[in-house]
Parts: sequence; structure tokens; C-alpha cells
Amino acid sequence: MLKTFKIGGIHPNDNKLSKGCAIEKMPLPEKVVISLSQHIGAPATATVAKGDKVKVGDLIGKATGFVSADVHSSVSGTVVAVDAQPDTSGVRKPSVTIAVEGDEWNEQIDLGAENIPDITPKEMMDAIAHAGIVGMGGATFPTHVKLSVPDGKKAEFLIINGVECEPYLTADHRVMLERPDDLLKGVAILCKVLSVKKAFIGIENNKPDAIELLTKKAAGGGYGDVSIEVVPLKVQYPQGGEKQLIDAVIGRQVPSGALPIEVGAVVQNAGTAVAVYEAVVKHKPLIERVVTVTGKSLASPKNLLVRLGTPVQALIDYCGGLGDNTGKVINGGPMMGRAACNLEGGVTKGTSGVLLMNDGEAKRKPSSPCIRCAKCVSVCPMGLEPYLINVMTKNGLVAQTEPLHPYDCIECGSCSYTCPAGIPLLDFIRLAKGEVMKIMRARKS
Amino acid sequence: MNETLIFTVLTLCALGVVAAVALFFVAKKFHVWEDPRIDDVEKMLPGANCGGCGFPGCRGLASALVKADTMEGLACPVGGSQTMKSIAEYLGRVAEEKEPEVAVVRCSGSCQNRPKTNTYDGVSSCAVASSLYAGETGCSFGCVGFGDCVKVCAFGALKMNPETGLPEVDDEKCTACGKCVKACPKMIIELRKKGPKSRRVFVSCVNKDKGAITRKACKVGCIGCGKCVKTCPFEAIKLENNVAYIDSYKCRLCRKCVVECPTGAINEVNFPPRPPKEAGPAKPMAEKAAVATAAPVSAPVTENKGAEQTENVKKESEKVEK
Repeated sequence: MLKTFKIGGIHPNDNKLSKGCAIEKMPLPEKVVISLSQHIGAPATATVAKGDKVKVGDLIGKATGFVSADVHSSVSGTVVAVDAQPDTSGVRKPSVTIAVEGDEWNEQIDLGAENIPDITPKEMMDAIAHAGIVGMGGATFPTHVKLSVPDGKKAEFLIINGVECEPYLTADHRVMLERPDDLLKGVAILCKVLSVKKAFIGIENNKPDAIELLTKKAAGGGYGDVSIEVVPLKVQYPQGGEKQLIDAVIGRQVPSGALPIEVGAVVQNAGTAVAVYEAVVKHKPLIERVVTVTGKSLASPKNLLVRLGTPVQALIDYCGGLGDNTGKVINGGPMMGRAACNLEGGVTKGTSGVLLMNDGEAKRKPSSPCIRCAKCVSVCPMGLEPYLINVMTKNGLVAQTEPLHPYDCIECGSCSYTCPAGIPLLDFIRLAKGEVMKIMRARKS
Repeated sequence: MNETLIFTVLTLCALGVVAAVALFFVAKKFHVWEDPRIDDVEKMLPGANCGGCGFPGCRGLASALVKADTMEGLACPVGGSQTMKSIAEYLGRVAEEKEPEVAVVRCSGSCQNRPKTNTYDGVSSCAVASSLYAGETGCSFGCVGFGDCVKVCAFGALKMNPETGLPEVDDEKCTACGKCVKACPKMIIELRKKGPKSRRVFVSCVNKDKGAITRKACKVGCIGCGKCVKTCPFEAIKLENNVAYIDSYKCRLCRKCVVECPTGAINEVNFPPRPPKEAGPAKPMAEKAAVATAAPVSAPVTENKGAEQTENVKKESEKVEK
């Protein structure tokens, strides 16, 4: 029997329309809008000014503070503006706008290099930090921070997240199929940085080709004393959640409020591992990523290798343009993604997909009163009581929801998905999560 | 038969006596002394239990008042200075004089002034909508329009105007408890000095974007040109983050800034109509004042601007852009 996580979970139709489409290189856009706040934590500080010439890979934003990440130019050209630009959600964020001229790369980037250099883990870590790598599954937590194991804790396992449980998205799937060697080298580097000997790659059973290929490659060895094991997992959403994946792969439960390192695990996304390989071996910063552009109303769904900052509109145009019956454009997948209101917003390090929903799909279910069926409770992968948090928040009792652990919510949306009454549970739980975390922070300080 | 009845009644009586005696001693033993003045003060308070004072209900404020040495920082916004005076008298203290305040909605981005750029179909709650994205219009600072403030108002002083899509405050009913101020996720509502005859002048905009961006998103937004700051003879206006703010305690209601404002972001309410001789930009303002006085509530007013004024605005926002 295949492994999976123990609490909750749902089985939405996976709709992987683009799983057979090889990764295509997206042509360079005319201009890119690179946000300096593409990660969790403090926004980077711009190191360029209007009029500066930049090359691909040049530093344009320096990390400020510990939890922050460097930002690099994804194109060569002239900086035309350093100001606040709206992202896909319409929120203005400090950004650098660059007009593209040619495609000239920074001299330090060596695209030909393929072998892992013989450097210390500390140097590897610095290379990762300087490449501005963040978690590419969507959470965008700076990778070098995640790799810094706090004193007194020890990492035992590295778990690579190749689950891609979000319906429609196929970016990680294609990366695993097309770049298995790079991925495995990235895993080896991550293991060295963390000084662990055992790495798992968790892949859901709906990607048998990736499981087979990586199992074969990993068995071939050649990654020093690191043993890499591919773990096929039963398809279940949200298996890509960090805590769910740890439960599924090594059967350990991360306690409420704790980090995975508490149970000796560090989780990294498959795309992140490839980016780590490129950073350490090729000195290539994170300047491009694979984005799945998909949807039933799209002419030709594709997996595109896109330079960061490319307007979302350009991606859609490249795949056939917005259909007349497009109801919503979602930045991300259908479960956790957010509806975009500004298509001029650029692709960020966390953009794993762009999903076009047609009018019918985009409509929300009309909501009716709760019928107390407790379906939300049974599907919640964090073991919360969504209906209760929802009703308390609605009635102004947010502060009293603390014992219900709303801060554990991973915002997977399983509760809203399953609710037969169509109640938008997640919207209110997210509010409660924010409020309760604010209260807890205030109490601490 | 009779015996059973008598026996039952007697047993019950005996049980009652035993329980009464036990309760009497328990009550003596565990008696908690409470200042009797708390009850009296609580009776003097309005009893709305709105929490506007910062305490959970009127009894909370009453016990705080009795325990405190001075009246400093303790006030019932609902009862106002009259109530506080009588309480101070009862407690033998001096009441703090506090100017009456009223909630003011600082956004005039009605449907006409602020065109929609997208449609939100999620939960009808300002808090939820603003946690998800910038909003249905180009202005990410303005009123979301789902009426979270209306829902929390315990006095029925706020209502949504379906035409403008903005909340309106009823001066008469508003007690300045501040619940709406806390409920608004965009921090648009502010408690301001009520002013003589409820006359007020305020900047009805909180948009911190640069002038050109504000201008594109909303016809009546503050573009941060600073004209009002220069005009104000009392230094009551300050310009911070591209938005002007009028200090209601420094403002002497001369209304010079209202005339000067190129976008009409500064609102005046409850003033008599201006003399008609003033020409130019003042003209639409006079209309506006007339509308404002016609409605007793501090309605965010919308009006069509003269061609002259639009021209004025264009120049001003160009300047700001530069």
C-alpha cells in the first residue's frame, strides 16, 4: 500500500492538461517588472537606479535582514524605473522595471559547468544565499534561511517535494522528467549543506514516468555517501504541504507551531533543488522558472521557462490569449492560487502556474447556512475545526479562537472545497489566523 | 395516606432548613466585598455595553472609574461630557473636559468618481476582501464598500448609501465609540472634533500613492500637491506620504483650503451656502455646500466639476508627476 498523510485530505480532479508538454523557452518580453518583494520577509533594497545598464544575473536588490533574499536582473537592458508597481493582486510593491536590450549575461555565470565543485558546505550555502533562491513551490521562504539549522537541532533527512498536488500544475513534473540529473545533483548539494546522508523524493502516483525515471537515476549512485530514495505516494491533496509530506514520507508528525526541523526533516521543492544546482555549479542566480500556463479556456496549455518579471499577460498571449469565456485568471493553482486583477504584474519566484478559469468554473457556489455535517473537520489536514473558527470569526470572537489553533491553518482550501453548503470557510479562517498571530506576537514582545 | 404526606412535607422542610443554614455560612465565608459605588456608577452610564471606552461593557468602566484616583483617560464616549460630569460629581472628582467627536469617513470614491477595474465575487466582508487583494478599483487605499463599519455600529449611526457605495455617518446618532474605526481594514474612518454646529472641514482621502496614480484611479483623490498646506493660515494641514491631513483641533474652519484644492478632495459639511459672487473654482464648491447642508448627515458629496476645474486638476497632477 502506498504511503500518504494520515489526517484529512481530499481528491479533486487533477486536470493535468499540460503534463505531456515539454518545457518551452518563452521569448524575451519587451520589458520586465521585477518585484523586490518576491519572498517572505523584508523586501530587498534596490541597488540600481534609473538609467543603469544591467546584464542577466546582475544584482538589483540586496537582501535586508536575515529573512530576506537577493533579487537579480532576469534580462539585460536599461533600468527605466525603480518604484512601486502593482503585482498581480494589484498591491503596489517596490519593483525594478527594465527595458530589454539583447541577452547579455553576467561574466561570472558559467552555463557550461556541470560538476559539483569541491567547496565547503559553508561556501555552498553562501552561493545559495547570493543566488537569491527561495522556496519555489509557492511559499517563497528564503532557502538559505531554511537550510540554517538552529543550534541544538539536527537534520536527519532531506525530503524533496515532487508531489505537485495542486490540480492543473505540471511545472515540477516536467522539471523532474526533463532535468533528472540536475535535480539529483541539487539534492546532493543540499544534503552536503545540511550534512545529512539520506534524502527522499516524494512523488505522487499520478506521475509514474517521473517516479520510474528518478528511481532508475538515483539507483545509479554517484552522489557520494548520500543515498537518494524515491518514495511513490498515494494521490491526495494537500500532500505537497510541508507537514503533510513529512507525515507521508517518514511518518513523523510536526507538532503545532513547530518547524519541520523539530522532527529532523528539511523539505525542499524539486524546482528549488534544480535552482540550487544551478547556483552552486553554474553560479547562476534565480532569474527564471518554469511556469505552467493552463486552463480549459486556453488554446494551448504549456509549460514555459520564463524570465522573472515577465508580465503574466505575455505568458497568456504566448499560449493563445485570453478566451472570451475567461472568468478569472488565477496566479497559482485552483486550490491555493489567488485571482489576479492586474495581468501586467510580473512572474515572481513563487509563480508556479497561471490558470485561466472559464465563466462556469470561476463562479463561486452560493452559500447557505452550515448544516453541521462536519465534512470540513474530516478533511482538514491540520485537524482543525473550520466551521467553528469560521462562525466565531464572523461573530466578532476572533480573539477567542486561539485555542482552536487557526495559526496552524496551511490555507489549502480543502474545507471550502468540500463544504456542501458552499461556505467560504477559508476566507474567515485566514482572517482569524492573521488576527490570532498578531495577538500572539503582541503578547511575546 | 395522611402520614405519608406529612412525612414528605416535613422531610422537605427539614432539607430546606439545612440547606439554608449551610448556604448562610457559605455566603458569609466566601463573601467578596465590592464597592457599592460601582453599582451606582454603572447605573449612571448609558448601559449600551458598546466597549467604546476600551472596557468590556459599562460595568468594566464603572469599576475602573471607582478604582482610579483621577478621571484621566477614562471617558464614556456615548454618554459624553454630561455623564462624565455627573459621575465625577458623585465620586467627588473633577471631570476631564473632552470635545465631542464624531466618526468621519475619509473617502469620496463613489462609483462615479472611482471606476471599477475588476469584479470581486468573494465574501461580502471588507476584512476578507482587503486581505485578498488591492480592491475592485485602481485605488488600493479607499473604501471597500462591504460595510464592516455598518455591521459593528451598535447605535445605527452608519448606513451604506447604495448610490455612492460608501458608508454615511449620522451625526446625531454617532457616539464616537470608535468601533467602526477599528473595524475598517483600510483605516478610513477617523474620530474628529464635532465642531460648532457640526461644521467640519476634512480631507476625504487617504490615498498614499503619487499624484498621477491617484488621479488615474479616482477623480476626487488627494494628489498631494500641497496647495492646501500653503494656503492654511493656521498651520493645521500637513502633507505626509502624498496625502494631506487637517488637524481638527487646529482647524478654524476658514475653508480657504476647500477652494484651493484642485481635485475637491477636501470636504466641508454643514456650512451654509457660499455667496454666489465668487467665481471660478469656488462655484462647484458652493453647489457642494448646498448639497451638504440639505442633508444633515456628513455625506461624502459628489458633484460634477466645471470644465475650468478639470483643467486645473490636469495641470496640477502633471506638476506632481514631474
